[in-house]
Amino acid sequence: MTFRTLSAYSFALLLGAATLSACDDDTEKPATGTLNVELENVVGSQPLTLGQSYSTLAGDQITVSKFNYIISNIKLTRDNGTVWAEPESYHLVKQAETASRSFAIKDIPTGYYTKLTFTIGVDSARNTAGAQTGALAPDNDMYWSWNSGYIFLKLEGTSPQSSNGQIVYHVGGFRTPYNTIRTVSPALPAGTASLAISKDKTPQLHLKADVQKIFTGPTTIRLSQLSATSHMPDAKSVQLANNYAAGLFSIDHIHTGE
Amino acid sequence: MQGLRIAPLLAAALAGLFVAACRPDADVQPPEAVPGSVLPANFPAPVYGPEQNPPDRATFELGRSLFYDPVLSRDGTVSCGSCHQQAVAFAHEGRALSPGVQGRLGTRNSPALQNLRWRRTLLWDGGVANLEVLPLAPITNPLEMDETLPHVLDKLNASPEYRRRFQQIYGSTPINSQQLLRALAQFTAGFTSADSRYDHYVRGEAGGTLDAAELRGLTVFRAQCASCHATDLFTDETYRNNGLDRRFPLDSGRAGITNRPGERGLFKVPSLRNVALTAPYMHDGRFQTLAQVLDHYDHGVVESSTLDAQLRRPDGTLGIPLTAQQRADLQAFLHTLTDPALLSNPQLAPPK
Ligand code: HEC
Ligand code: HEC
Repeated sequence: MTFRTLSAYSFALLLGAATLSACDDDTEKPATGTLNVELENVVGSQPLTLGQSYSTLAGDQITVSKFNYIISNIKLTRDNGTVWAEPESYHLVKQAETASRSFAIKDIPTGYYTKLTFTIGVDSARNTAGAQTGALAPDNDMYWSWNSGYIFLKLEGTSPQSSNGQIVYHVGGFRTPYNTIRTVSPALPAGTASLAISKDKTPQLHLKADVQKIFTGPTTIRLSQLSATSHMPDAKSVQLANNYAAGLFSIDHIHTGE
Repeated sequence: MQGLRIAPLLAAALAGLFVAACRPDADVQPPEAVPGSVLPANFPAPVYGPEQNPPDRATFELGRSLFYDPVLSRDGTVSCGSCHQQAVAFAHEGRALSPGVQGRLGTRNSPALQNLRWRRTLLWDGGVANLEVLPLAPITNPLEMDETLPHVLDKLNASPEYRRRFQQIYGSTPINSQQLLRALAQFTAGFTSADSRYDHYVRGEAGGTLDAAELRGLTVFRAQCASCHATDLFTDETYRNNGLDRRFPLDSGRAGITNRPGERGLFKVPSLRNVALTAPYMHDGRFQTLAQVLDHYDHGVVESSTLDAQLRRPDGTLGIPLTAQQRADLQAFLHTLTDPALLSNPQLAPPK
């Protein structure tokens, strides 16, 4: 049966049936699909390996011992402009924990999506909410307890250019003037018009996070000048956040999936 | 309970039924409401309402055990109850600063813990925004309990008794941080103080009489103090500088949280309930008596750029002038805020 052969009368009936079934959530659910997200932390063109030495674009030497961040409130915008938001969208990524570097986003309505948006950090509502579990549990090494709230990004390591040899960047804070919540929309890879979500194929979106981009952007960061944030929101954290909002994440490629 | 209204706590009632259904000894439990499930009629709407963590007997009792258990500290010597003692409204009796593990002294005075459901922010500087996550501050503070959350959870999970009690309530193992924090919050949210003689007076209840001096004190209080120590909670929940210091080199108060220079020297306006018992006073416990506090407001207020405008007088002098009579009356009034129901409720005492 095709629409071409339907009379106006039966078309109206069909519409009625569609309306009826929409009221009954057990039957026809809208078709949905899954997107796998894979995060690869890199330093410029090289993969990030903890304990290995790299150099920043400004020429400082850095060795990373810890690199963690929280991605939240993932949204996908469709080619028709509608926006789908992942419910309970909080993902903690730790370089030291392989499993944390990939996750699946489920129940996305099928369709063609042209934009990915997410927050680096945690919205202020959850920063002031009660005890959380999962990615936001306060025992994940990403929480300040006396000035309470989440640490959005942690970079720790060593550098010969740092006055005490250490790098300790703990970026967080959700109150003005030291609000470091940043929302980004990295572009789809050149030549990719959209991301197709379908019932039978699970595409894989490969995000890269380039540690070098923490040190460049609106402010060039030299380890001799800024090797540590205070363990609370401050002006230095805002500089770091502005840098990493400008370019930490890029969508490297998308596998269409099988 | 006359004059108090029972909040329409469907969820709490359901939780209660559920517990009753699976505990054979439920019918021998005392019939009184779980502390924290009743909201006083003369209070504003709570911030951490009972619906956010519906009070039930088993969870409340678990929170009580945890509050009084030194297992939360690194060396097993300090419990929440070490610094927060019921007989003095959960302040620390006679201590300007409280010792934590190995006798390490903290930097601020232990405040009374009362009506925590109504606090918009906690601590003298408002650094913590939610009652549930407050315990993380003392647990991890090196000067207080000097512990880590994962280690506390390891210790609790190693205890068959705690494992059993948590599992009975939350239905899952192992014990996680959310369960620990919500159980503690259920106990601390039960520290309601609303049964002082003053409360009976404002609610027009039996026993609610104030004598002449107390009534004169109330009038002075409403005129001179209630702009900051506002509502029947006796705080407007803001941060202010009441003129204790000219400079704030050691403790900048609210500015330590917000990093804003204009907030240096601002501290949370404390509630004055049970204030006759919570000496010493102020964020660092500098005053021993209420008389000293009133002397401060009368002639001790000092200049600084963030001094509250209400403590500046049109003629350029500072403070709140109080005659000897007014001071005596104010003291008499402040004593009517003592609430024996909080101080001696056996349900809030260390478990047997
Ligand atoms: C070593 C003493 C000590 C211990 C142990 C301790 N506290 Fe405290 N508590 C304090 C001090 C001091 C403050 C005020 C700190 C500040 O404002 O910076 C405080 C503040 C609080 C507050 C905030 C009250 C308000 O109105 O702002 C709460 C709630 C609290 N403590 C609960 C607890 C709980 C629950 C525990 C156990 C997990 C605990 N405390 C353990 C000393 C202690
Ligand atoms: C401008 C606002 C303001 C006014 C007006 C004010 N207070 Fe206070 N009060 C505060 C603040 C803020 C604190 C805490 C200051 C600190 O510890 O740094 C405080 C602390 C206190 C304390 C100590 C409580 C404790 O637990 O340590 C008492 C008692 C007190 N005030 C009584 C009064 C009385 C009585 C009056 C009227 C004569 C009054 N206050 C007027 C703001 C005010």
